[in-house]
This record gives sequence, structure tokens and C-alpha cells, in this order.
Amino acid sequence: MRSTRAVELSTGLFVLLGFAALFFLVTQITNRELSINGNSYEVYAHFENIGSLKPGAAVSVAGVTIGRVESITFDQQIYKAVVRMRINSRYDKIPVDSDASIMTSGLLGGQYIGLTIGGAEEYLRDGDQIQFVQDALVLENLINQLVATFSRRGDEQGARPAEEDQ
Amino acid sequence: MTLLRELFDSLRNFVATVGAVALFFGRLLVQLPRALLRPRLVIEQIYNAGALSLVIIMTCGLFVGMVLGLQGYDLLQRFGSEDALGTGAALALIKELGPVVTALLFAGRAGTALASEIGLMRATDQLAALEMMAVDPVRRVVAPRFLGGLIAVPLLTMIFIAIGIFGVQLIGVQQLGVDAAAFWSQMRSSVDVDDVMEGLIKGFVFGTACSLIAVYEGYTAIPTPEGVGRATTRTVVISAVLTLLLDYMLTAVMLS
Repeated sequence: MRSTRAVELSTGLFVLLGFAALFFLVTQITNRELSINGNSYEVYAHFENIGSLKPGAAVSVAGVTIGRVESITFDQQIYKAVVRMRINSRYDKIPVDSDASIMTSGLLGGQYIGLTIGGAEEYLRDGDQIQFVQDALVLENLINQLVATFSRRGDEQGARPAEEDQ
Repeated sequence: MTLLRELFDSLRNFVATVGAVALFFGRLLVQLPRALLRPRLVIEQIYNAGALSLVIIMTCGLFVGMVLGLQGYDLLQRFGSEDALGTGAALALIKELGPVVTALLFAGRAGTALASEIGLMRATDQLAALEMMAVDPVRRVVAPRFLGGLIAVPLLTMIFIAIGIFGVQLIGVQQLGVDAAAFWSQMRSSVDVDDVMEGLIKGFVFGTACSLIAVYEGYTAIPTPEGVGRATTRTVVISAVLTLLLDYMLTAVMLS
């Protein structure tokens, strides 16, 4: 057995190293800006289609994250999705006529809510509704529209030579 | 018929062993507060279980991180998203590889030492001598060792993860040329404090399980050289199986 002093020293070193690693992981690896601790306020918006938006997704303005999606529920009265967003109180000058749209970050990225600043003099406060929304782009719908457009054009082109023949 | 009988017997043995471990765990829990009254004994065991495992944990963490960097890069560059290397590797390390590999290494490095030490005490009648002096060996010998393992494993897990991420960075950023800013910022934006807590909780649970198995096997070892050897082997095998089993169950609970 080594002397007690050496044991204590290396044990202390080990424990400190462990806590340093924990501290490193919590502060350097994780994202603190996203987790809203402290003051915040809640706004909500109705969407026809939220795509694959998830609770916890970012709410951002000009690419800067200012809040998070708190909850997503379905309102049976109006048949729309209700998205509640919690926004940091530091950002309290967002005009009431701002536009909330569901966007995708990158090709494989998750979806987030992007706010486009409006021009009103009044600002959003706790419990307000964001009136102007833009739904998520659903790839299937997009492809359907595309196919529809192409097939219509194809019909027109196919029809014309036939008319000329007669 | 005899086959059925043997099957039944081994099943009964298994159930009885589970019961014995649970009872032993209860006995241990009762003694834990008293063991804390003598912190010097616990500190000595943190040294044995933790500080002495540091080198192997750090070496393995570095290599696991490095191989994760290579494999992750190879996989992600097929999709043209090498920048996600930081996210993927960090989450894999924090949630799975860190806690599990640390627990396996701990069982191999410290668990065996615990089991053989206590088993040898049993074989040389030291535990009986303590009992003769009206000292509860569970309180004086077993509880400090159990606590030492319990405290050491979560700390070792965190060290393993931190070194592992350094290893990923070493290969991914320094050698393979993933953009450093993208690597760190993507990692930061997608790893939560909750994820780190998940790793920490796993570390605690695995530490409890592996330490419990080690001290139980040592304490109940057959007092012969062969018995102590068998206890040591069983410690590693049972710890490893239990760790992986618990890992699945914990993950299933935490993801739901």
C-alpha cells in the first residue's frame, strides 16, 4: 500500500478530473442558448400542416435562435395544428404581424420555425397568436403538383399534332 | 426426465441467486450511511477503483473515439454530410459507448480486483475474524468498496467521453479534414444537457450493478483458491451481461 498522502493526492486528482470532464461536456458540447432558462414568454400559431416539426425545435429570426417549440397539439375545433413557442424575454420587440414559417435546415436537417419580422408598431406578448403562417413544405404534395403540371403540359403537346393532322 | 429435472434445478438455482443478491444488496444499503461515517475507507476505495483505472479508461477512450472518427467519417461522407461527424460521434459516446465500455472496463479492471480481494479475505478467514471481533464485515469491508465503485464509475464515464470526443476530433478534424467550426457547432446545436445526464445516469446504474456483483461474488466465494478464481471469472461475465441488459432497458425507458 502506498502512503496515505499519495493515495489522497491521486484520488483527489481523479475526482477533479472527473468533474472537469463533466463540466466540459455540459458547457462545451451542449447547447445552452437553446435551452431557455430564466424569463420567457409564450406565443402560439395555427398551422394547416406542420410536416415533421417536433417539440424542442428551434424558433429563429434571421438565423438566430431565440426560442423553442414548447408543444404541438391538434385543435379539433378548427382542425389545425396548434404550435406553442417559448421565446426568450430578451427578444421582446417582435412585431405582431411577423410571419411564422416552418423551414428545413439543410437537406437532412430537422425542421424549425423561422420568424420573418413584420412592420407593426405593436410587439408580441405572452399568450399572443402569430396570425401569418406558412406551412411546412411536404415533399409528396410538391411532387404531386409537379407531376400534375407536367402531365397537363404533356397532354397539350400530345393533342396539338393530332389537330394538325386533320 | 432427468434433463427436465436438471433444467428445473438450474432455474431454481438462478432464482435463488437473484434473491440472494437482492438480500445482500438490502443488507449493503442499510450499512451505507454508516460506511460514510468513515470517509477514509471510502476514499481509499475510490483510489483503488477510480484512480487506478484512469490510465486504461483514458487509453481506451482515446482509441474508441479515434475509431469512431474513422468509421463515422467513412459512413457520413457517402451522404456528403461529414460535418455531422461531431454530432453523431458525440451522441454515440455520451449515450452508449461511454457508459457501456467504461462499465465493461471497470468490471475487468476493478471488479475482478474487488472480487478476488474479498474472496481471499473469505478464504483466509479474515472476514470470520472480523465477525469474531463483533465488526460487521459488510460494513467494514464490503460497503466502502461498493461505494468506491459507485462513485468512481460515473466519473470514469465522463472522463472516457471527454477523451473520446477528443479522439474523434483528432481523426476527424486534424487528419481527415472535417471543418473544425462545423464539427463543433453542429455538435453543440444538437447535444442537450439531457443527453449528458442520460450518460451520467447510465454510469451510476452500471456502477451500482458492477460493484454489487463484484462484492457479492467475492463475499460468497468458496474459500479455496479455485473458488476465488471462479468468483473472479463470474464477476466479469455477470457484470458484462448485466451491463448490456440494463443498457437496453434504460435506453428503452429513456427514449420513450
